[in-house]
Amino acid sequence: MDLFVQLFAAAMASGTPLLLAALGGILIERSGIIQLGVEGMMLMGAIVACLTFLRTESLALALLAVFAVSAVLGLLHAFLTVSLRANQIVSGLAMTLFGAGLSAYLGKPVSGIPMPGAVPKLYLPWLENVPAAGGLFANLDMLTWFSFILVLAMHLFIHRTSWGLHLRAIGDNPATADVMGIRVQAFRYGCVTVGSMLIGLAGADLLLAFSPTWIEGMTAGRGWIAVALIIFARWNPIRALLCAYFFGMLDTLGFRIQLLGSEIPSYFLKMIPYLVTILVLMVLGWRSRNKPSGAPEALGVPYIREQRL
Amino acid sequence: MNQQTVPAPLASGETAAEAKTKRLPFRLEFDPSRPDSPWWITIVSVLLALAACGIFIAVNGMNPVTVYAKMLTGAFGSSFGLTETLVKTIPLLLCGLGVSIAYRISVWNIGAEGQFVAGAIAATAVTVYFPGLPAYAAIPAMLVSGVAAGGLWGLLTAIPRTFFQVNELITSLMLNYVALLVLNYVVFGPWKDPQGFNFPGTPVFTEAMSLPVLGGTRLHLGLAFALAAVALYALLIRYTRWGYEWRLIGANPEAARNAGIRLSRHIMFVMLLSGGLAGLAGMAEVSGVAHRLMYGISPGYGYTAIIVAWLARLNPAGLIISSFLFGGLIVGGYSVQTIGLPSSTSSMLQGAILFFLIAGGMIGKFRLRRNV
Repeated sequence: MDLFVQLFAAAMASGTPLLLAALGGILIERSGIIQLGVEGMMLMGAIVACLTFLRTESLALALLAVFAVSAVLGLLHAFLTVSLRANQIVSGLAMTLFGAGLSAYLGKPVSGIPMPGAVPKLYLPWLENVPAAGGLFANLDMLTWFSFILVLAMHLFIHRTSWGLHLRAIGDNPATADVMGIRVQAFRYGCVTVGSMLIGLAGADLLLAFSPTWIEGMTAGRGWIAVALIIFARWNPIRALLCAYFFGMLDTLGFRIQLLGSEIPSYFLKMIPYLVTILVLMVLGWRSRNKPSGAPEALGVPYIREQRL
Repeated sequence: MNQQTVPAPLASGETAAEAKTKRLPFRLEFDPSRPDSPWWITIVSVLLALAACGIFIAVNGMNPVTVYAKMLTGAFGSSFGLTETLVKTIPLLLCGLGVSIAYRISVWNIGAEGQFVAGAIAATAVTVYFPGLPAYAAIPAMLVSGVAAGGLWGLLTAIPRTFFQVNELITSLMLNYVALLVLNYVVFGPWKDPQGFNFPGTPVFTEAMSLPVLGGTRLHLGLAFALAAVALYALLIRYTRWGYEWRLIGANPEAARNAGIRLSRHIMFVMLLSGGLAGLAGMAEVSGVAHRLMYGISPGYGYTAIIVAWLARLNPAGLIISSFLFGGLIVGGYSVQTIGLPSSTSSMLQGAILFFLIAGGMIGKFRLRRNV
């Protein structure tokens, strides 16, 4: 029981950045825009959080800076893909490469400096003696709680509000949405910007709460795993929560196996999340070969008003 | 194309927005059928990217003009710099060619980095397990095993894509990390040079395992491989049935499928070729430049190759120019370290250049119209 709680708590800790990034990605992709720049945006979120926090010691200012920078990056992606109708895949790749390069450039002076405990924890004494739940929820940090609320809020937003209906309409059939009077381009700008802010927050969470030292390229493919998570989760926020914790568990699995005194070199254990990502995508592809994947139908297709469908 | 127009929007928000644009004397109209931007836009885009990154350099307390001048002279200003630039051009050209072939049929291979590393590891395996081979056997064996390993690594991306409908972007990128972990395992573990003072690398290759070099420089035979590969690619695309089919798939995959072209077979073959070229680059790098397999054998050649391919617009002659320029950018990145900037300056520039190229590439599709 204790081991299970420990394992799940570790999965939650390393799954939260993945969850936040996947939620941001879901919001963006639901509006019909592919976002492959997650890795670069997470790196930018992490380095901005690191630089601001080291200078100001204020979590609020750090998060504010992260939101501002991520929003600018999101607007850039939106400008290229929504206004200029550029190839969304290449724009995302550019974001990843630029984010990796710029974060390495900015992070050189702070590389390897350990951060002081940044994210305050919410201590719930009345939960402490409840079995299982006590170990998991009694002493969680604020960002994890925020991610719970966000999952619920996004679920309600997408499936229960009229704006969510507009969002789904834009992602599936922008021409029809346009005829209905929904402002497709403006809505997409909004979704890409807000979603990018969440992805930046994911990077900040990775740095501030999970591994509090800036190292060049510290996301180590987590952004891409988040992109895969969106597919596993079928663009659904609640499923994203479960998938993110599953991958969070995998992330810590190698470390656990090592602790048990295994002979397998750690390099091979570190491959687990990457290989499982490919395997799960293959199983999913095989199972849904004749079914819709759940992807928004207009995903990746630039919308041009005058074009006939 | 049918000219039927979508009915006018009903909501007040939309009409208000339109009324606002009507007040301006001009509007920008998007026309997807217009040709690509003219070539000089590319140059303007690159210059704008340099200007934008100048801000970040200035933030670091440096004068961007001095830094760029330093990079230019470092990369192209001396015979040493020029040779180094050419040495970096080789892997970029091979990897860039590899990804270009894949992008031509809209297969988004971003795994050149992993395929490069796989080729480097496999070529080194020959030297580890058959240390006594003479040059006429060792070099071809390393070549074959490097290309085969890169190609197989590429197939690992193609198979999930063709049979399981798995997005190749994610697979190829995940495999990059796997290849790097294998590399770290062998250079920190079983293949580490016992006399290397704990340096994470294999023993230095013998003369027989090294590619011949030009005169006393570091320029090796890999350059000939790369140029030959580009020439072959240009011929293949222009004069063969396969090349024709690739162009067709690139232009319109749906039409190509309807014309009876088997997409899945092409995807497999193209990924084999794409990975094989990156694998060749990996082999040439260990055998021609590093003369050993070591930690961090690639400073991100596979990722830079994506930008190289995009800058060249997948055009063979353009690839030669763009890989040379990016080779210079990498060397220039090393040379600014002497004035206190991190070498990641060049990776920041690379990403920014891609951004501006994308934007510049779309500008030609817009047309300024007078509002009446």
